[in-house]
Amino acid sequence: MNFTVQINGRTHSVDVDGDTPLLWVIRDILGMTGTKFGCGQALCGACTVHVDGAPTRSCITSIEMVGDSQITTIEALDTLAHGKALQQAWIELEVPQCGYCQSGQLMSAAALLAENPRPTDEDINDAMSGNVCRCGTYQRIRAAIKQASA
Amino acid sequence: MSNSTLGSRLDRRQFLKASAAMGSGLVVNLTLGPAVALGGGDFVPNAFIRINREGTVTLVMPQVEMGQGIYTAQAMLLAEELEVALEAVKLEPAPVNEALYGHPMLRRQMTGGSTSIRAFWTPLRMAGATARALLIQAAAKEWNTDPATCHAQDGFVFEYSGARKLAYGQLVDTAASLPAPSSDMVKLKDPREFKLLGTPAKRLDTPGKVDGSLKYGIDAFPNGAKIAAISISPVLGGKPKSVDEQAALQVKGVRQVVLTDSAVAVLADHTAAAKKGLEAAAVEWDDGPNAQVSSADIIRQLDQESLEAGAVARSEGDVAKGLDNAVARVEAIYQLPFLSHAAMEPMNCTVHVREDACELWVGTQNLSAAKQAAATVTGLAPERIIINNHIVGGGFGRRLEVDGITHAVKVAMQVKGPVKVIWSREEDIQHGYYRPYYYDRMSGAIDADGNPVAWKHRVSGSSIFARIAPGAMQNGVDPDGVEGAAHPPYKLPAIHVEFKQVEPQGVLTSWWRGVGPSHNVFVVESFIDELAAAAKADPVEYRKRLLTENPRALRVLDLAAEKAEWGKPVPSRRGRGVAVQFAFGTYLAMIADATVGADGTVRVLRIITAVDCGLTVNSDTIAAQMEGGALYGLTAALHGAITLKDGRVEQSNFDNYQPLRIEEAPHVETHIVPSAEPPGGIGEAATSAVFPAVTNAIFAAVGKRVRTLPVNTDELKA
Repeated sequence: MNFTVQINGRTHSVDVDGDTPLLWVIRDILGMTGTKFGCGQALCGACTVHVDGAPTRSCITSIEMVGDSQITTIEALDTLAHGKALQQAWIELEVPQCGYCQSGQLMSAAALLAENPRPTDEDINDAMSGNVCRCGTYQRIRAAIKQASA
Repeated sequence: MSNSTLGSRLDRRQFLKASAAMGSGLVVNLTLGPAVALGGGDFVPNAFIRINREGTVTLVMPQVEMGQGIYTAQAMLLAEELEVALEAVKLEPAPVNEALYGHPMLRRQMTGGSTSIRAFWTPLRMAGATARALLIQAAAKEWNTDPATCHAQDGFVFEYSGARKLAYGQLVDTAASLPAPSSDMVKLKDPREFKLLGTPAKRLDTPGKVDGSLKYGIDAFPNGAKIAAISISPVLGGKPKSVDEQAALQVKGVRQVVLTDSAVAVLADHTAAAKKGLEAAAVEWDDGPNAQVSSADIIRQLDQESLEAGAVARSEGDVAKGLDNAVARVEAIYQLPFLSHAAMEPMNCTVHVREDACELWVGTQNLSAAKQAAATVTGLAPERIIINNHIVGGGFGRRLEVDGITHAVKVAMQVKGPVKVIWSREEDIQHGYYRPYYYDRMSGAIDADGNPVAWKHRVSGSSIFARIAPGAMQNGVDPDGVEGAAHPPYKLPAIHVEFKQVEPQGVLTSWWRGVGPSHNVFVVESFIDELAAAAKADPVEYRKRLLTENPRALRVLDLAAEKAEWGKPVPSRRGRGVAVQFAFGTYLAMIADATVGADGTVRVLRIITAVDCGLTVNSDTIAAQMEGGALYGLTAALHGAITLKDGRVEQSNFDNYQPLRIEEAPHVETHIVPSAEPPGGIGEAATSAVFPAVTNAIFAAVGKRVRTLPVNTDELKA
């Protein structure tokens, strides 16, 4: 089936089954590899994108569920309200180690700040709990979100 | 994987050769280890440093970046001696070429064991210093002056008088025409002259990690690549029995179904179709001989076989006498589970098998083994294997094994064009090379003063070296199996340590971050705590008594205790636990603060580390590795266990093989002891220390000794 999707302000047309997860449309068909595959079950958050501003696990979000929603991926993080500040804080505080989960971490963080520009530690834990980092960068993520929100 | 384990000291012989690289300016080839033939007209185009006529400096990174910061650290070693700004250099991963890029300690092209800085500290500085010397000579020649009147800085050669300067790019042709200085003529900087080494320099790989632009192996899409979802026999040694190929091919986007000796792969235009096709294929398995394997049987076997004596790793003093005449004896059994690595980037490998070559796109810690694996499957000569190595989305030891590459090449052998084989998270967790299950028997005794008079430790478990490098076994002792156990940092007048090899049926074992020490430091540091308790002594004071002859260990312990405010009273059901270790060439003391809830839930509030890793390269990376290493171990201490039933791994994804999440993550504080000693490793140190630091904190909080990991909260209820 043909689907039209709006990603980072551009319209794309793809011919896939309706149950195809958005993640694979973004990565394999459209070639935007910044969004990562981690678990396929919405357990790790590596695939987080924004669907109409809401942080969404693209690995379990089917293309037919997306409709004409506006999708934003890590490649367009810098166009979001706190995107550049988050990237800057991530670099200044040297958050990433292997870096593989960081696209998802940043997208979740951007959604948090859009809703809550001055999050407490508890707010951060709540918003970021679904994003797994095996390198253990959590304390720097916490500090970087606060720096970006300041 | 440590210095002592492989027993090979860094080879001091280095062979330098500078040559004019066709069109690319100056190339300094510095080969490591035994002499290799570079003469005979052979042109070797790659080395650590390339400078072109435009002045672009390219540093070729021999080690693989998997988050530990080695690209930046190795670039710092080169840049410091070459005299270029770190941010001005371009990085390039090394191709497979053991002669040029082989690891001086491990003798292969691989990244592991927290050895990268230890192994390359001198060679990479030599490479930088050699290039600097040549550039200075070249400038002196241009100016017809004495090289001693010139110096290099920020990519230029200057006259000390300040009269003239030339950029490196302007000097490369002249430099390349000069004979290379012999290695004893190259002068390395005195550490007191370091400008870059020891600083918290910014990592070079971070920008691409915050905008999604960095390409991992899983992001490689060579032209025309199909994607394969793979299902490997759920029981080790099983084979595909039946596959509904037609059903798979009916899924939109599916192109091909491939069977190998142990797996089924479905190729499609994209991953979702491949996964759907694999599901439709409804693979059934012939389980083979391991269909009955269970964790309970494996543990029973360990319990029984560990009653028999093992191979002796170390025996000093009269342990039997010490045990017989003791004022108090302590006996304990410690058990550590199988563990998966569960790196965030699932296993993947893209392969294109052509008639005369096999090209791979992968992130691997072990280029040498990757090349050999592809050569073995394809039957091609090793030099026909091309590997595009990528930055790795988490290694932790899993990518030292090349089973993922073997599976992928077996699939690709049957495919026209490139194919990317991606494992699901479930495949990743259920087809690991797991950290072995260890079963350790301890006996100890103290005298009237509370001092240890006997220490007996029998390690039982799988031997990784027996499988991968039998030559490294020492009279039946796996050096990794007893690393951290045979030589505890303490004064122990009578010590006897054995290794009993017990191989579990139907389970593959391998390196896991922290390797031998991540098992043994838990046992040793828990047991020393048990002896301290038997002696009614404070755990820090007790350790200090036994470390009087070990000043570096004593110093990190004192520093950690001071920073952690050891001894300051804590509320009920809260405690502090300490661990001290010498491993990977690094001294580390760690103090964890933990509370134990009435329901038994353990919450680690804070971790203080004091580390003496000798001369430092990047101080912020050391802190980052302390933080990350501690959390990697803490995850396993609190949650990690792989179990088997009916030959199958019972865990499958992050819901039942739980990673630590942000709300559980304590703040980790790092204090670095200034040191002029040779550099030590840091990637795995904190992973090892955190297990006992936390379980000792639990003991301090509620008086229950955790001897089996992961922590069982049921046993800690109020």
